[in-house]
Amino acid sequence: MSGVGTLELSGIHAGYGDFQALFGVDLRVEPGEAVGVVGPNGAGKTTLLRVISGLIRASAGTLRFGGADLAAVPAHELPVLGIAHVPENRRLFPQLTVEENLKVGAYIKSARARFQERRDHVFELFPRLKQRRHQLAGTMSGGEQQMCAIGRALMSGPRILLLDEPSAGLAPLVVQQVFDLVRRIRQEGLTVLIVEQNVAQVLRVVDRAYVLETGRVAAEGASAALAADPAIRRSYLGGALSAWIPSCWRPC
Amino acid sequence: MDPFLLEAVLNGVLLGGVFALPVLGLNLVFGVVDVIWLCYAELVMVGMYIVWFLHTQAGWPLALAFATCLPAIAVLGLLLHLLVVRPLLAAPPINQVLATGGVLFVLQGAATLVFSTDFRSLGVEMPPIELGEVFVSGTKLAAFVAALLGAAVLWAFLKFTYVGTAIRAIARDREVMPLMGVDPHRIYLIASAAGGALAGLAACLLVVQLDVHPFVGLSFGPITFMICVMGGLGNMLGGFLAAFLMGLIVSVGGFYGDTDMSYVVAFLFFILVMFIRPQGLFTR
Ligand SMILES: Nc1ncnc2c1ncn2[C@@H]1O[C@H](COP(=O)(O)OP(=O)(O)OP(=O)(O)O)[C@@H](O)[C@H]1O
Ligand SMILES: [Mg+2]
Repeated sequence: MSGVGTLELSGIHAGYGDFQALFGVDLRVEPGEAVGVVGPNGAGKTTLLRVISGLIRASAGTLRFGGADLAAVPAHELPVLGIAHVPENRRLFPQLTVEENLKVGAYIKSARARFQERRDHVFELFPRLKQRRHQLAGTMSGGEQQMCAIGRALMSGPRILLLDEPSAGLAPLVVQQVFDLVRRIRQEGLTVLIVEQNVAQVLRVVDRAYVLETGRVAAEGASAALAADPAIRRSYLGGALSAWIPSCWRPC
Repeated sequence: MDPFLLEAVLNGVLLGGVFALPVLGLNLVFGVVDVIWLCYAELVMVGMYIVWFLHTQAGWPLALAFATCLPAIAVLGLLLHLLVVRPLLAAPPINQVLATGGVLFVLQGAATLVFSTDFRSLGVEMPPIELGEVFVSGTKLAAFVAALLGAAVLWAFLKFTYVGTAIRAIARDREVMPLMGVDPHRIYLIASAAGGALAGLAACLLVVQLDVHPFVGLSFGPITFMICVMGGLGNMLGGFLAAFLMGLIVSVGGFYGDTDMSYVVAFLFFILVMFIRPQGLFTR
């Protein structure tokens, strides 16, 4: 039997109606690991996270967490099992205050009793949120909103945190803060599965990564090995770096 | 100030309080479930019959009849959701409106069948209360206070409880709610029961002021919908304020003209608002 908090996907097919987005994806995250998923737009990264958190159902393949088959578990019971998902574009509740957003994150029974303790922990991780606890979430900066979205996910006391492009749309300095935060969360023993376009940065945070292309795993391996792979460098790292270099200086 | 005008203003405020309850109930259900209960006033009508029947026919004390009406209409709200709304959640909005509109006629027809079209009076009246120069109906004042209490309980529920906070959240983004461990269908049920309970409370407050008959819903249903739209559909605070505005228009309009005239003024005002601020008076 696999370990206590192992996330295991095998042969996952999924899509939207007639449109298929994932074609037999195998993926495994061991407890305490940080794993990245990278790939171009439309590769199916978000779809993959949505399958794991039950928002859409796999049409084939198996999905297990801690040995339990998740096929028949409704999405709203997955947080109880320890899965928390920070969705693409944060999806905060803009008309609710920061603290109320955290409160919704602590909706499940086991989390309600520990609301204050966890909220204080989130405030310690993100002192900005504490200052702005009574501000409407929709009026905060993009970086603050991302912190709030991560904080909201932490409120349920998860074993695994799914992050969908936490650095999207943020200034470089704030991106740095978000990745520092992911590092800290890891050190607290949380398992992390993170989807990113920011390949260079994410490979510095995770232990292993998968490269997803048009719904299939095109490559996988330890971060260092992927970062050194010429094909990966050409497709992802080069691109990410060259975005900051004027085109006339770029090779080829 | 002319004491009669003052009395009209005061009555307008009192009337607004009573309008506020069904407005809050409709907005709650609409905000959460995204379906308009076209038969809302008829739920109130059923509640009025329950109170009338239990008190005058079965001889129950009024308080007990009230205490039964509230949960009974809450259950009716639940049934409405389970039997009519839920099967149509994925259907186009027009189908949902037509279905709840169908329930409106079913309830009117059933009431006619059971109670005939006679006007039934509870025959309860509290003595008027003298406030300085003006007299206020004790019944209306009591109804007003009860309506405010009901609104306050609803506010506290939405503001301070986990479920209430989830209800406010779901009105904005229903798709991500399962990620927080919230089962949207459970929230729909809770909102439907709460919407029903508010109709039940409104029934208790109306039955002491109005005779009940199968079509009594028509006397406050349309204005309730108008107030909701004026305040911004789904906007609880906007609806609450609009209820008082409408109460004042009707009452003060009645002071200058007659009551029928005041409803014409109210509807004209509504149409005007729809031209100038179609998104609702109090929508930011
Ligand atoms: N709700 C939807 N209905 C239909 N097709 C969808 C839906 N969401 C995504 N898709 C399609 O599924 C494919 C995978 O989308 P997905 O959002 O998983 O990609 P992604 O890797 O997250 O992309 P990005 O990096 O742009 O976020 C795309 O071709 C997309 O058009
Ligand atoms: Mg995506």
